[in-house]
Amino acid sequence: MNSNLLKTTALAAMLLAGAAIATPAQAQEKTSFKVCWSIYVGWMPWGYMETSGIMDAWAEKYGIDVEIVQINDYIESINQYTIGEYDGCSMTNMDALSIPSGGGVDTTALIVGDYSNGNDGIILKQGETLADIAGQNVNLVELSVSHYLLARALETVGLSEPDLTVVSTSDADMVAAAATDDVTALVTWNPLLSEILAMPGTSLVADSSDIPGEIIDIMMVNTDVLADNPDFGKALVGAWYETMALMASGDEAALTAMAEASGTDLAGYNAQLDSTEMFFDPATAVAFTESADLPQTMEFVATFLFDHGILGEGAPSSEFVGVAFPDGSVYGDEANVKLRFDTTYMQMAADGAL
Amino acid sequence: MALFLGAIPFLGLAGVYAAASSARLSANPADKLLPSFEQMGTTFWRMATVPEVRTGDLTLWVDTFDSLQRLGLGLGVSVLLALTFGIAIGFVPHVRSALAPFLAAISLIPPITVLPILFITFGLGETAKVALIAVGTAPVMIRSVAQAVLDIPREQIVKVQTLGASVWQMVTRVVLPQVWPRLITALRLGLIPAFIFLISAEAIASTTGLGYRIFLVRRYLAMDVILPYVAWITLLAFLIDRALLLFSRRIFRWAFLEGEAL
Repeated sequence: MNSNLLKTTALAAMLLAGAAIATPAQAQEKTSFKVCWSIYVGWMPWGYMETSGIMDAWAEKYGIDVEIVQINDYIESINQYTIGEYDGCSMTNMDALSIPSGGGVDTTALIVGDYSNGNDGIILKQGETLADIAGQNVNLVELSVSHYLLARALETVGLSEPDLTVVSTSDADMVAAAATDDVTALVTWNPLLSEILAMPGTSLVADSSDIPGEIIDIMMVNTDVLADNPDFGKALVGAWYETMALMASGDEAALTAMAEASGTDLAGYNAQLDSTEMFFDPATAVAFTESADLPQTMEFVATFLFDHGILGEGAPSSEFVGVAFPDGSVYGDEANVKLRFDTTYMQMAADGAL
Repeated sequence: MALFLGAIPFLGLAGVYAAASSARLSANPADKLLPSFEQMGTTFWRMATVPEVRTGDLTLWVDTFDSLQRLGLGLGVSVLLALTFGIAIGFVPHVRSALAPFLAAISLIPPITVLPILFITFGLGETAKVALIAVGTAPVMIRSVAQAVLDIPREQIVKVQTLGASVWQMVTRVVLPQVWPRLITALRLGLIPAFIFLISAEAIASTTGLGYRIFLVRRYLAMDVILPYVAWITLLAFLIDRALLLFSRRIFRWAFLEGEAL
């Protein structure tokens, strides 16, 4: 009896210990790195870099090893990065501020890859203009960039969230939900967006091209890891812009591979790229990151997150988590800077110094 | 002594958690993965007592009430279905021949896989959530009630038949009384899948509920909300299960004469 009990206790302890071994990323010099990404039009190059060997070639140049891992669930990939399983991860500026930075993980925007320029949109079944959304149930992934887009769009027509009801809906079920009569208004992203717009009786009343440059897709890396291992940053940036050059030149093999990996064909992928403002040239990415609009955007984002209670338990205001910009200015708490926009490495790529 | 022995694994689990949590928190005080018991307590207390800024609701109680309502309605529908179809299948040979194979096949369909069909049929609102719970739990409950009817000794039926009982009398006076405790057992076993389907339904499209909250705050890795909610769900399920068992023992003493009930 007693030995059984001991066994049970020991087993329970082992199970929990197993779940808890994930320790925060150790900041020190190392030679092996892991970054993760999930499927999205602007991030397909990460998958191509891994399969084509471009990443390996650049890593070898700097004498390190970089593994690029695709994770099927976007939020899960950010969570994995936040708990220290990965050294970098692709995510939006908003989710970077709320999950890793809000969770105390000092994070640097290494590669500002693109911004959504129509990839996220608001669809109505009843009504032709955004103002008609008042009083409706709006299905969207709550607290996602869709929610942010809705909040920003509502401001433009003098409405606010209490004027409607947000129904949190899983993105996996968004298309099925859109097909039901219950759903009259929704906010989502591509490729779901174009799929739903193809249904009769739907109209697009607003999209992210109305707030250009506010939903930004970025390769975020752990600040400490980057500081101790500049070669990690150089290898990632080098490989990324080599791939960007391929895409910009319309390299059919590369684009087709990315299209297939995202479950569409070349034409479909090009259509998605049309509503994505890719920074193929590192110089434009640097200029965008250094522009005066970015601090304004991050303020919108921080305010949205704070208003929805996402900035963390102890957050007394939207300025709780500090965001540093390339010119050294800081939005929010200078003593708690956890998100840094840094153009150093992208500048190296622009100067051909890699 | 039994109470003490029973507590050891719980204490062991809590101890290991506390150690792992403090290790991570000492490395990064803002770590979200394994919050301390104190953090979780504070958050849970806030959700139970402080109205939410945007809605003015006490989050925990609204979530709990809405979830339990869905659970109750879903299981209620299942109980009704189990009683009517279970007794019909168990008691009437023709109904059994007609429905038993169909039911056996239907009960094997994982309800989550037919979600889009449920959406089209029941919409995305409360009905769909209740329907998912009912679809997920009813087939198994019908089958166990039917089995309970079949387990009634044939002699009893023959005896009341010779005494001139009608079919209705046989059902209400012989079958039903013996089915009740078995129905409660089926209900207790159905509680686990019912909770799973409830939480899945709330994760898909919802504005309130225990499952909704967990999937919502998962977006920013708020384990200080998720872990207490998981413990709360476990406690609720445990209490409902115990209450059903106590009720059954009190009302149907005769069904618990032999053996021990878990």
